[in-house]
Amino acid sequence: MKSQVAYFNDLFSAGSKSTRTGSLKPANPFWVMVRKEVADQVHSWRFIILAGLVLLTFVGSMYVSLSNISKAVADARDPDRLFLYLKLLTITDGTLPPFHVFIGFLGPLLGISMGFDAINSEQSNGTLIRLMAQPVYRDTVINAKFVASLIVISTLFLSLGLLMIGGGLIITGVKIEPSEFIRILCFVALSIIYVAFWLNLSILLSVKFRQTATSALTAIAIWLFFTVFYQILLNIIIKALLPDPGLLSQDQLQSYNGIILTFLRFVPSQLYTDATSTLLMPSVRSLGPLTMEQMAGAIPSPLSVRESLLVVWPQVSGLIAATVSCFALSYYWFMRREIRT
Amino acid sequence: MEQPIIEINGLTKYYGRLKAVDNLHLTINKGEIFGLLGPNGAGKSTTILMLLGLTEPSSGEAHICGFNASRHPIPVKRKVGYMPDSVGFYNELTALENLTYMGRLNGIPEATVKALARDMLAEVGLESAMNKKTGTFSRGMKQRLGLADVLIKQPEIIILDEPTLGIDPAGVRDFLELIRQLSQQQGLTILLSSHHLHQVQQVCNRVGIFVGGQLLAEGNMQTLAAGLFRSAPYMVQVTLKTIQDPAALERALLQLPAIEKVVITGVLAEIYGQEDITPDIVRFFAGNGFDVTGVQKKTYGLDEIYQQYFENNLKENAFNEKSSGLFQRSFFGRFKKH
Repeated sequence: MKSQVAYFNDLFSAGSKSTRTGSLKPANPFWVMVRKEVADQVHSWRFIILAGLVLLTFVGSMYVSLSNISKAVADARDPDRLFLYLKLLTITDGTLPPFHVFIGFLGPLLGISMGFDAINSEQSNGTLIRLMAQPVYRDTVINAKFVASLIVISTLFLSLGLLMIGGGLIITGVKIEPSEFIRILCFVALSIIYVAFWLNLSILLSVKFRQTATSALTAIAIWLFFTVFYQILLNIIIKALLPDPGLLSQDQLQSYNGIILTFLRFVPSQLYTDATSTLLMPSVRSLGPLTMEQMAGAIPSPLSVRESLLVVWPQVSGLIAATVSCFALSYYWFMRREIRT
Repeated sequence: MEQPIIEINGLTKYYGRLKAVDNLHLTINKGEIFGLLGPNGAGKSTTILMLLGLTEPSSGEAHICGFNASRHPIPVKRKVGYMPDSVGFYNELTALENLTYMGRLNGIPEATVKALARDMLAEVGLESAMNKKTGTFSRGMKQRLGLADVLIKQPEIIILDEPTLGIDPAGVRDFLELIRQLSQQQGLTILLSSHHLHQVQQVCNRVGIFVGGQLLAEGNMQTLAAGLFRSAPYMVQVTLKTIQDPAALERALLQLPAIEKVVITGVLAEIYGQEDITPDIVRFFAGNGFDVTGVQKKTYGLDEIYQQYFENNLKENAFNEKSSGLFQRSFFGRFKKH
């Protein structure tokens, strides 16, 4: 634990040393706050536990995919068989889900655990008012909290991604294609955005509710609603409202399917799953249904990175928009709120 | 010496329909210790928050060291050290870490911040607990750490909100002594709010009495007493065995010099006057053959001043307003929750 502190202290003081011109120039309060928040996050038990969980699933799914990699690469019918490192992230023998599915599930918990008490615990501890009495702008507090958590998440995911590439290099000895590397980096970036969305949602709730328990439970309720109940609810409504598919023509069926997909995409985890599967499986060419005319003449070959990114762009922008709007709302509420306890 | 460092002009704050602070005018000079005295919920904390620019006033403005507090809060906060009434620290950090964090936020260079924090902790007498987590601190220790936290930014003005709340009497004495020393040694201006009049009386040069959002009176102890009991600042209570003719006695007493008013109820005579003439009164009673069983001279301390103001005002406006506001809030809160 101590070494970690020393590591972070060195990391940050080294950064400030290089930027500062004179030796007595004071640090910017924003970075002082970020530094303290990062230290808090890294030392908190809940982060250690969840990071351990993520690490465990990472190791588990890597083990499963590594033991099945020879079979997958040898499968001649699979157009993606030559992307060894993408295969490592996606294949499974059915005992464990692949890593990106795990992140789709654990990412929200990680984000929620890092943000649910961001503002209200400071307020109930009486530290917020003391913090605000220092010469700092009010938005510095919320910006620093967000940036600090983002730094921690990015470090976690980036190191996992690089660990996987390094491990793959050592174990298989196959060299990595640049396009694979870019895809994996995009996957890491996407995971960060996805967790950042849940982080912002929980910061928003921590601004809104004065009790940390309320904000934590509300965040978990929202997560549960989207992971479990939303699909059930949607199914019930579809059954009740839409006509029997047996009586429909092909065109009508297609348009109804489009509507259902649109509604399914209100769920952040659906956006994440869509986007990651496109990025990690280069042969996925569309996220909606394709007509026979569109499929005719298409060669089952992988897409280029640029084309895959074009396919997932709506999903990514949707996630970013949700993240930004959550942050904007919490910013607005925080700036207007009475800070006295 | 007599330049105003805090100037408040017509400061008003509404919370919904409740008027928390009502058209406040106040000037505090450099080097003064000013006590803001009032019951709970009188608007003291709200006033302080407006001075720091943490709450926006509904109207009026506050100038601190020449800066408008709500428009330029950063320079104001650089000069003002504020200790809130419920001072809280990051429980998982040690006292030293808490203090260095605040020091860094105030732009103290990295090279000196640790040493400065150690000095401050020594100054408030917490050297031995420097590396303990603040979660284990007692209330009195937290209060001391709060003071160190205020001092580390080297302020010109210190604002303390209920600084003696929840500390034992010995702790209070030490704390107030510390405040007085600081004010004398470094020429700091100190504004402290409290509802403990005795403590305020001990350290303050000047006192403002604050009830229901209004500043009812301000001045030092003498001027306050004189203002309040202008007609008759001295009162002597004489208890007699019997009074046969109250009217005659009253007339006789009023003949004495400097006596303004005599109230006789039963065997008790209350004599009000401009000067302290207790010996004359006793001589008068003894010379006229009255059986005096007790003589009591009343002097006016902050206690009486406080009492007098609260009796007049608490009942009339403040109490009604406050209690109705409280009920509304709790009902509203209940609806909101469900």
